[in-house]
Amino acid sequence: MLAVEALALRYAGIRALRGVSLSVAEGETVALIGPNGAGKSSLLNAISGIVRPAAGRIRFDGRDITALPPWEIARMGLIQVPEGRQVFAEMTVLENLLTGRTALAGRAEIFSLDDVFAMFPILRERAGQLAGSLSGGQQQMLAIARGLMGAPRLLLLDEPSLGLAPLIVAQVFRALAGLKARGLTILLVEQNARQALAASDRALVLEQGRIVHHGPSAELARDPDVIAHYLGQGDTGAMTQQGGG
Amino acid sequence: MLAQQLLNGFVVGGVYALFALGFTLVFGIQRVLNLAHGAIFMSGAFIAYYTVAAGGPLWLGLALAVIGSGLISVLVEIVCFRRLRRSGDEEFGGIISSIGASLVIMTIAQRISDTQVLRFPFETFPVIIWRFWGLRVSALQLFMLALALALVVVLGWFIYRTAFGRQVRAVTQNERAAMLMGINPVRIHMQTFFLSGALAGAAGVLVGLAFSSIRYTMGEPFLMYGFVIIILGGLGSIPGALLASFLFGMGQTMLTAYMPSAISGLNEAFIFAALFLLLLFRPHGLMGREAAGALRGRR
Ligand SMILES: Nc1ncnc2c1ncn2[C@@H]1O[C@H](COP(=O)(O)OP(=O)(O)OP(=O)(O)O)[C@@H](O)[C@H]1O
Ligand SMILES: [Mg+2]
Repeated sequence: MLAVEALALRYAGIRALRGVSLSVAEGETVALIGPNGAGKSSLLNAISGIVRPAAGRIRFDGRDITALPPWEIARMGLIQVPEGRQVFAEMTVLENLLTGRTALAGRAEIFSLDDVFAMFPILRERAGQLAGSLSGGQQQMLAIARGLMGAPRLLLLDEPSLGLAPLIVAQVFRALAGLKARGLTILLVEQNARQALAASDRALVLEQGRIVHHGPSAELARDPDVIAHYLGQGDTGAMTQQGGG
Repeated sequence: MLAQQLLNGFVVGGVYALFALGFTLVFGIQRVLNLAHGAIFMSGAFIAYYTVAAGGPLWLGLALAVIGSGLISVLVEIVCFRRLRRSGDEEFGGIISSIGASLVIMTIAQRISDTQVLRFPFETFPVIIWRFWGLRVSALQLFMLALALALVVVLGWFIYRTAFGRQVRAVTQNERAAMLMGINPVRIHMQTFFLSGALAGAAGVLVGLAFSSIRYTMGEPFLMYGFVIIILGGLGSIPGALLASFLFGMGQTMLTAYMPSAISGLNEAFIFAALFLLLLFRPHGLMGREAAGALRGRR
């Protein structure tokens, strides 16, 4: 469904991606883990058309989307839930969700308003409240729900557990399991390697702009190197790699 | 007498609202002051005047002014802001380039009008005056107020009740997230500039009718008033701009009516002094928020 080939990306001298290739098949959940500054967000942003790669190609459903603007990519059903939630703070929860429907652009909805409210009941309770007044966990749920309103065929999630309390993290991962069960295709970026491996079919490890490990998630979870670097000291293991970019 | 002046001020405030809301809309969405807004306002008065002068009916002049000013505003967006936005230099660069556009538009108007003051022919708008409760209201005043209020209501409905309005606000608050939701900000910017210019054009026609002096420089004081209004109301706040427009219109009318004529030249000084005082106590204006810049979110 998604095929990324030899993608390279640089920001004013910094080489954020150095030849990344990956693919995601329909119905799969693929996890992308790696330390701070590894280039995970850069990769998602290149796929979404927010930043332009220096080299390489991105195809979605066989169509070359490397040069398409972000809104057209979203309208094809390749939808990113960005790092740090990025909800529209001065709009209500309901308005945020309705804005998410822009990406439908004539395609049939997959998740209705009732579906996302059933998934995250707190959003129904807070529907009339400004998004900026929600807690971090609620904003993350809103960000995911807003993405779902645009009928994603492939959902890109950038660190949905970032900065959330463990209880909320568990709730977010339960929601992701529910989405996977419904057959949604997901590319999940996480620093929380343990949870990400548990939630995915396949996983890739990105370090300094390169993919250094890949394979079925269960296998990676047994890989001594991955254990040492990412699973060693519990969920914060990735922090030992800080500044590796 | 007081009630009469308040009424007059309210009518003037309605016109200011048309002008200032467009100004606010663009500022709110782009964090950029479109300094050609006064010239766009003037172009509305010109388009209506020349339509009427060529024998067209006033309603046609008004319609052409609204559409024409909207299109000129879109042109300003494309020429002055779009490229700068791409290079991320719109905040300062946009001020300079829109001053440039303003000069170009004014120079064209100066040439067309041969630097003359233009007036709508007598009775372009029927002169009818009603009296009730000791007040004096002209049909033109009622028309101005009705049109201003109608346009303000339509704008409010657009911005707060439609999918288009949600998209505008989404782009204002977080352009990057908006793009990820399938919103094309380039189109939203163009549509916003059209609305902004159309409102300014309508205001220009009303001012041309009410004060019967259409000049290529007529936008300049309005640009200044526009500043006062959007700062008074709170940068980027639509309800704030609305409230400030009426306050400003009434305050200005009162000053003109009650200040001894010997010091009437100081009226503007009083207005700016009052604004200055208010900002000492409410640095973000009447309805502004802590950090107007934060409305936009990170890029
Ligand atoms: N807009 C930018 N301009 C310049 N450099 C950038 C920009 N965005 C990211 N970088 C740099 O590119 C590299 C990759 O950053 P990226 O945000 O993709 O990493 P990440 O894996 O998402 O990290 P994190 O886990 O902290 O989110 C880093 O060295 C970062 O400093
Ligand atoms: Mg990141």
